[in-house]
Amino acid sequence: MSTIGLEKPRSLPAEISYASVGKKVLMAVTGLVAFAYVLGHMLGNLQIFAGRERLNDYAEFLHSLGWLLWVIRVFLFAFFVIHVWKGIQLKLENWASRPQRYVKNNTVQASLSSRTMIWTGLAVLSFVVYHILHFTVRITNPQYQKMVDDLGRPDVYSMVITGYQNNLIAVVYIIAVGLVCYHLTHGIASMFQTVGLNNPRFQPVLDKIAWTLAVLIFLGFISIPLGVMFGILQLPGGGL
Amino acid sequence: MNLTLHVWRQKNAQDKGRMETYQAHDITPDMSFLEMLDVVNEELVAKGIEPIHFDHDCREGICGACSLVINGIPHGGKRGCTTCELRMRNFKDGDEIYVEPFRARAFPVVKDLMVNRSAFDRILQAGGFVSVNTGAVPDGNAVPIPKTDADRAMDAAACIGCGACVAACKNASAMLFVAAKVTHLAWLPQGKVERERRVKKMVAQMDKEGFGNCTNYYECEAVCPKNIRVEVIARMNREYLRALPKKIE
Ligand code: HEM
Ligand code: FES
Repeated sequence: MSTIGLEKPRSLPAEISYASVGKKVLMAVTGLVAFAYVLGHMLGNLQIFAGRERLNDYAEFLHSLGWLLWVIRVFLFAFFVIHVWKGIQLKLENWASRPQRYVKNNTVQASLSSRTMIWTGLAVLSFVVYHILHFTVRITNPQYQKMVDDLGRPDVYSMVITGYQNNLIAVVYIIAVGLVCYHLTHGIASMFQTVGLNNPRFQPVLDKIAWTLAVLIFLGFISIPLGVMFGILQLPGGGL
Repeated sequence: MNLTLHVWRQKNAQDKGRMETYQAHDITPDMSFLEMLDVVNEELVAKGIEPIHFDHDCREGICGACSLVINGIPHGGKRGCTTCELRMRNFKDGDEIYVEPFRARAFPVVKDLMVNRSAFDRILQAGGFVSVNTGAVPDGNAVPIPKTDADRAMDAAACIGCGACVAACKNASAMLFVAAKVTHLAWLPQGKVERERRVKKMVAQMDKEGFGNCTNYYECEAVCPKNIRVEVIARMNREYLRALPKKIE
């Protein structure tokens, strides 16, 4: 049996990181940043269809940001860590809140994506680790490190196409992006509710917006591995 | 009609508990679910078996005492309906029905299908009130309130505190209940005075009682016998954000 009231009021940081509603706000804000990043990343990648020159220019531009690039990376990493940490913490607390389960379980209207956030999230986490090792650090396929274009710059274009010419890698990327987008079908709508921007009239619209954005992001990302698999995107000189 | 019931039986809070199977004979479609249990209990008593314990009071959907999770859905799945209002015409002859108590760490089982919901009382005591000085009754229209605000406050105030939202939530979260209480007061001028304090204290007490965190499943609104919408949760989140930077004592 618990007593009533707190011994003393929680400080602002304590509210945000321990109160149920506060933790959710952190999830929503960090989720929003991750969503914005995913959207931007997808749009940036689509430049591959404009050719080798264009994509490599874009990559060079990003790297020319120098210290600013590192600020962005650290910022994104911190948000990602908070999202994962609070997501796992929320889930553990929620499991503990119902120690005895129902013999007969039933679900009336909770979507499958809302009920699998932790699993899609953890799958995305493992993919992000692989993705960074694969295309950013390039240690899973060290031959990428030697790829340069005619101007002697890192040849991101050829690296991506070589990567997806391996069907297993292409399929892993397609599935992983599918999971990110499935996470977003609930996530995009959910963050509005979490920060209090929702009402019964807006809610069905919001669900449609979330699904539409998630599907568009999915199609944008998978167009690249599919483009390689179907030969629309080819290595310079057309050779394999 | 005749039915097969699988009912949770548990002697007391310490007992481990188990499902038991009983037959319900000659049930008429116009009986309520609780009346059906009354019939089963009569038979159990005649056989010398301890009757099934369950909570009930008004039996007309206004007090919030009745509970039960029927086939996995609190109050049985008929929208806007409490267990005591649920009619047996919603079932068919020969149906198997699972009857379990509301499950949540914050709602410990007292006996069989009865759970202790006093965690809700403590949340209300933490901030679900308006402080007023006693004295003469104020004039009814002394404080003007826009009709739409009054309507919204009334919609939220329809909450009877039954706890079905907690039982339905996959996280055993009490957000719909707490949000209904927070918003119904925050909509009214009398309640606005203490709004920051109220939302922070009630959320803190809710967390302390061991309810889960809301992850926007919206199962709660599907089972609420008073049709309270998750809109109140969005409003409470906004109340909370508003109160966040403010100091309360
Ligand atoms: C590209 C990466 C990711 C994006 C764009 C993203 C986006 C989002 C968004 C927008 C939300 C909704 C927040 C809310 O309900 O207010 C969310 C929720 C959630 N995310 Fe992620 N997320 C990503 C990665 C992850 C990872 C790696 C995990 C691993 C644990 C994770 C776990 C969760 C969980 C458990 C929730 C539900 C939390 C709740 O509703 O209370 N997410 N995510
Ligand atoms: S017994 Fe009063 S609401 Fe059901």
